[in-house]
Amino acid sequence: MSILEVRDVRKSFGDTEVLKGVGFTMEKGEVLAIIGSSGSGKTTLLRCLNFLETPDAGRILVNGEMLFDAADMCARSEAELRKKRLHFGLVFQSFNLFPQYNVLRNVTLAMELLSRESPDFKKNRKEICQEVENRALALIERVGLSDKTHAYPCQLSGGQQQRVAIARALALSPEILCFDEPTSALDPELTGEVLKVIRNLKSSDSTMIVVTHEMEFARNVADKVIFMADGIIEEEGTAQEVFDNPKSERTRAFFSNYTEQ
Amino acid sequence: MSFQTVTKVLLQGFGENCVIFGVTLLFALPLGLLISFGSMSRFWPLKWLTRTFVWIIRGTPLMLQLFVVMYVPGLLFGVVMPNRVLGITVSPRMMSALIAFIINYAAYFSEIYRGGIESIPVGQYEAGQVLGMTGPQIFFKVVLMQVVKRIIPPMGNEVITLVKDTSLARVIAVQEILWLAEEFTAVGLIWPLFYSGVFFLTFCGVLTLLFGYIERKFDYYRG
Repeated sequence: MSILEVRDVRKSFGDTEVLKGVGFTMEKGEVLAIIGSSGSGKTTLLRCLNFLETPDAGRILVNGEMLFDAADMCARSEAELRKKRLHFGLVFQSFNLFPQYNVLRNVTLAMELLSRESPDFKKNRKEICQEVENRALALIERVGLSDKTHAYPCQLSGGQQQRVAIARALALSPEILCFDEPTSALDPELTGEVLKVIRNLKSSDSTMIVVTHEMEFARNVADKVIFMADGIIEEEGTAQEVFDNPKSERTRAFFSNYTEQ
Repeated sequence: MSFQTVTKVLLQGFGENCVIFGVTLLFALPLGLLISFGSMSRFWPLKWLTRTFVWIIRGTPLMLQLFVVMYVPGLLFGVVMPNRVLGITVSPRMMSALIAFIINYAAYFSEIYRGGIESIPVGQYEAGQVLGMTGPQIFFKVVLMQVVKRIIPPMGNEVITLVKDTSLARVIAVQEILWLAEEFTAVGLIWPLFYSGVFFLTFCGVLTLLFGYIERKFDYYRG
């Protein structure tokens, strides 16, 4: 069974139809790269998956469970939505770290708030908080920022901030981790460190969707590539298929624009 | 008349000013937050009702509002101001002054809160949402601290204005410091008027230091 199945998702803002029926499937452990020019709907698609936007039509299934069905209005309460969101994680283009908290607190906050809902939290408060902290420290080490554990976001470079954001997104162990142009807001010399962290996350049990303009990265890391244009999936296949033998005229035009730059 | 006697009288008057100041802050700060939620509500009747209310309160003189609270309940509706609240004796005049000040300042505070809350980037809310936080968790754990940092300078301004506005209570015969200082002119003394200014200067000086201290407390981060 596919870990993620997206069927015919549509989304309009006013008169502008941004997604015109997008569908794809993903298997567990896959890395999917979504490429395409600005305005093609890549970011909107990710935001729909994370329920930051509500699609006008379509269905989203995770592990065969229907998470979203535009035809079914009743399952949209805030509490329901929260649970569904936890299947996904999202790393933003602009990091969106919490500026008033240090690196450790940024990573622990959501875990701690969530564990407070467990019935035995009051009894085992100390142990649970210690567990949360240990897990956060391990994640911070994984993104290579152990020496910045107590620094505040404003004291970090953009690349470091984005690595903290990745650790924060990993904290709740989402089944599918999404990256929305994770290096687009960074200086060129800082993109490498972030891409390296993402590359190292690739393993059999982490499923990732990366919206990116880094073609080299997409080619090397992605198992599957989707090229989007004008709100539809123009081409889809393995990295080799899409990059080396694009079938669609628009895909070829997109790549030739890229190489000219 | 000796310096000591004048000091004693003025101190007594300034006590009234301090009561108005303290009680107004105590009630207007939380009430202002409620009003700001109303003015940001997505339920438009509530939003427009609140915004009209804020417009009226900010658009008319506080002095007029003092008169209205003082005379309208009694003369139009036959309602007598309670003179005991929670076991504390309050004169009807003081009661009217407190009500008018609380409503007036809550309206101003609500606009400061609204400005602060609306200035927080939407990305902060979205980051909370994708991390599975509830609305209240996002507000209290993520947004509120950032709002507080941003509203400290305008709040300081408003609070210092409040210190001096408390004298307006004299128009409904609350015997605050300026009322008493002016009474000395009847015996030919002018200097108590200037002396009363020293009380305000000192109080505002302390507040300026306090707000500066709070601002520095929040200096540890940017954003």
